[in-house]
Amino acid sequence: MASTIRLKTKTRDSITTVRAILRHPMETGFRVDSETDELVDAHFINQVSVKHNNSLILSCDWSRAVSRNPYLSFKFKGANIGDRLELTWIDNKNNSDSIETLIE
Amino acid sequence: MLRRDTLKYLTSVSILLFTGLLKPVTALARWNKAAFNAVDFNNAISAYFPDQQIQKTEHITIGVHPVVENGAVVPVKINTDLPNPESITIFVDKNPNPLIANFDLFPGCIGFISTRIKVQEPSNIVAVVKADGEVFSKSTFIEVHEGGCG
Repeated sequence: MASTIRLKTKTRDSITTVRAILRHPMETGFRVDSETDELVDAHFINQVSVKHNNSLILSCDWSRAVSRNPYLSFKFKGANIGDRLELTWIDNKNNSDSIETLIE
Repeated sequence: MLRRDTLKYLTSVSILLFTGLLKPVTALARWNKAAFNAVDFNNAISAYFPDQQIQKTEHITIGVHPVVENGAVVPVKINTDLPNPESITIFVDKNPNPLIANFDLFPGCIGFISTRIKVQEPSNIVAVVKADGEVFSKSTFIEVHEGGCG
């Protein structure tokens, strides 16, 4: 199955910018399904972690109010081109996905 | 000899299983349920930053459009030049649950986060930054035409 994660990096002047888009419905639990007229279960990513060469660089706790197909960007120093960067998400139903990329 | 190898194998498998199983549990344990479920803004803040004095600051900027058509997708950029930022937390005071997201920044991180959030009605977007052990905040009001929590 295709990854739910798109992860890109760009390093300029020794600052690495990380951009990620995670494919996820981020259901709040307040939405009514138009076909069944029933509330759709809350279903959202609640944790995201990013590791640079196996050490944690960013750790996120999210609520259901992060938009559908979440976008995340952050910046850090100290990375070299070709270093490993790994992003993992976990949702409230204990689904998860992970991706690794090499820093550009 | 064979039995010893088998035992060794079983032990390592069970250790792998154990750590594998433990991972989501410990991850969830960290998620601050009381703060995320709080429906009142002040309760959410005090549950997330217990016993901490929060100082207003101009060293945080919140990049958000002041008038938003669609509250389901509101791009928000937080910048701070406070030294040694440890975390950036976003609240929306009028949302059903005001605590939106927390980002723990580890050494090396710049004081910057960009994401997209849902905003239900005209609200203050509040960014709280922990830096050098102290807690700072900045807020900005936005108009919302169509709520984004449905």
